[in-house]
Amino acid sequence: MNRDDALLEIDDLHTHFVGEGEPVRAVDGVSLRVARGAITGLVGESGSGKSVLSLSVLGLVPPPTGRIVSGRIRLGGRDLTSLSQKELRHVRGNRVAMIFQDPMTSLNPYLRIEEQLGEVARLHLGLSRAAARDRAVEMLDRVGIPDPAQRIRAHPHELSGGMRQRAMIAMALLCEPELLIADEPTTALDVTIQAQILELLAGLRDERGMSILLITHDLAVVSAVCENVYVMYAGRILEQGPTREVFKTPAHPYTLALLRSVPRVDRRAGVASGSHLLKSIEGLPPRLDAGPFQACRFAPRCDLVRDACTRAEPTLELREGRGRRCVAEPDELR
Amino acid sequence: MSAPAANGWVRLRRNRAALAGAAVLAAITGLCFVAPLLFGLDPHTTDPAARHLGPSGAHWFGTDALGRDYLSRCLVGGRTSLLVGLAATVTSVLVGVVWGAVAGYSGGRVDEVMMRFVDFFYGIPYMFLVILIMLLFSETARGEPLPVFLALGLVQWLTMARIVRGQVLTLREREFVQAAIVSGAGPVHIIVRHILPNVVNVVVVYATLTVPAVIILESFLSFLGLGVKLSWGQLVAEGVAVVNPIQSYWWLLFWPSLLLGATLLCLNFLGDGLRDALDPRTRT
Repeated sequence: MNRDDALLEIDDLHTHFVGEGEPVRAVDGVSLRVARGAITGLVGESGSGKSVLSLSVLGLVPPPTGRIVSGRIRLGGRDLTSLSQKELRHVRGNRVAMIFQDPMTSLNPYLRIEEQLGEVARLHLGLSRAAARDRAVEMLDRVGIPDPAQRIRAHPHELSGGMRQRAMIAMALLCEPELLIADEPTTALDVTIQAQILELLAGLRDERGMSILLITHDLAVVSAVCENVYVMYAGRILEQGPTREVFKTPAHPYTLALLRSVPRVDRRAGVASGSHLLKSIEGLPPRLDAGPFQACRFAPRCDLVRDACTRAEPTLELREGRGRRCVAEPDELR
Repeated sequence: MSAPAANGWVRLRRNRAALAGAAVLAAITGLCFVAPLLFGLDPHTTDPAARHLGPSGAHWFGTDALGRDYLSRCLVGGRTSLLVGLAATVTSVLVGVVWGAVAGYSGGRVDEVMMRFVDFFYGIPYMFLVILIMLLFSETARGEPLPVFLALGLVQWLTMARIVRGQVLTLREREFVQAAIVSGAGPVHIIVRHILPNVVNVVVVYATLTVPAVIILESFLSFLGLGVKLSWGQLVAEGVAVVNPIQSYWWLLFWPSLLLGATLLCLNFLGDGLRDALDPRTRT
């Protein structure tokens, strides 16, 4: 990954939730780049800090307990962590947009699509009511909603789930943001709609050079559309690199374990034939409120654990565009 | 905004119960405010020869212990009750909704302070509070309707604030609010555009319940000599007082109760209809 064409650069970000006692280290030293015009995947299980990471980018870590303790988040070279709330509001929706997991609840049931989309356009682009409406129709058309001039008069409950997610995407695209953060955009949709939405996202990247940070726990989604992938675990990136390579030759035991725990259509699962057997990862993720990690955070669940793993947390080892935090030899991961 | 309002109107007009409620309410209101002027009805003139007369051609609703025409008293009394109910409810809705929405949306310390304020006033017996507020006004002003409206409204908003805050607390976490925040909307915009429309149904229903509560409260105030003279509540109270097994002056209780009951029922129907009409998910 070339450093120069990165749109979003996150450096050593620490986002903690501070209460009584030890803080919860939800994001614990994450560095991540989203290249211009590319879809970058961020995978990890529930509670690994993916969503907190995306909220950090938007300056929306819930106060008063949540805060960015250290690190930098730069969008096109500009540091977002030093912006005021007012400046951040201008960034949100305008330069960075976000779409959520559940399109059923992401639209206000009391507002027509027209009003919901229109107000974003008026807010950021200063358009008149009529111009905002035209813009909204144009966007709905762009995301593949048939008969947009008619549909725009609908209330959310009158649209199907896939349609609502398209409307959400249209809303996110109104101001032509440079970066789109998609937090589990397809999780609540059935597979055929999922494929259409992913296709739509890939199309938007191609035709407008939009950068997308795709947050998901679905490995199939990542392999379908992401150029690069980051694997997050317990607040930290354990492995990163081009999706193809990472999935083909995972360099971290966690990635390997993740891949082995997912059924694949082209393989028969459940047959006792070695690597084809679906394997769950034993144990639970570590607590994030037990002080700084002194050992590899995956060690308690790792098959390849050794003394070195419990003495210190492995440093990020970068080689040929790939990176991992592990001391095991690559050959051991076959 | 005009489009959904128009649609709501269409939905409201299709709700027969609500429409009937609105019509009866309008009729009662009209009678109370217009009829006494039109027919020169006088609720105050006493007539010792006509004490405790039952309903007749001369006195449709009968007369009371001082021989005053009961129809006039019921209609003029209705003015007070309706005005008090409306004004106090409007006050309570305005204050309560703003207070609750700001507290709930701000959360944290602001919420804490604002709601402790509400708790504090909740802790004081409301009658005591009403009397305190009334005492702020000069003695001559006390018999006027305005102090009573204010005093009652300023007590009623407490519950409204709590209800709205509770709603806003859950709404704030809803994804469409998050989506609005992510689109760069400011707090005022979010409260007005996204949160308030979603609490309207609860507010409308509670407001229709507040009107009767206020009307009854006012009658209690009248009983203590602090309310506005002559209201339905007061007439009912007088009517109840003269109920006895030997000599029944049933009309003294019946008429004001009928008017009061009909008004409250109509308000409930109307409130129900409004709630449905304002929700776009109701099919037109």
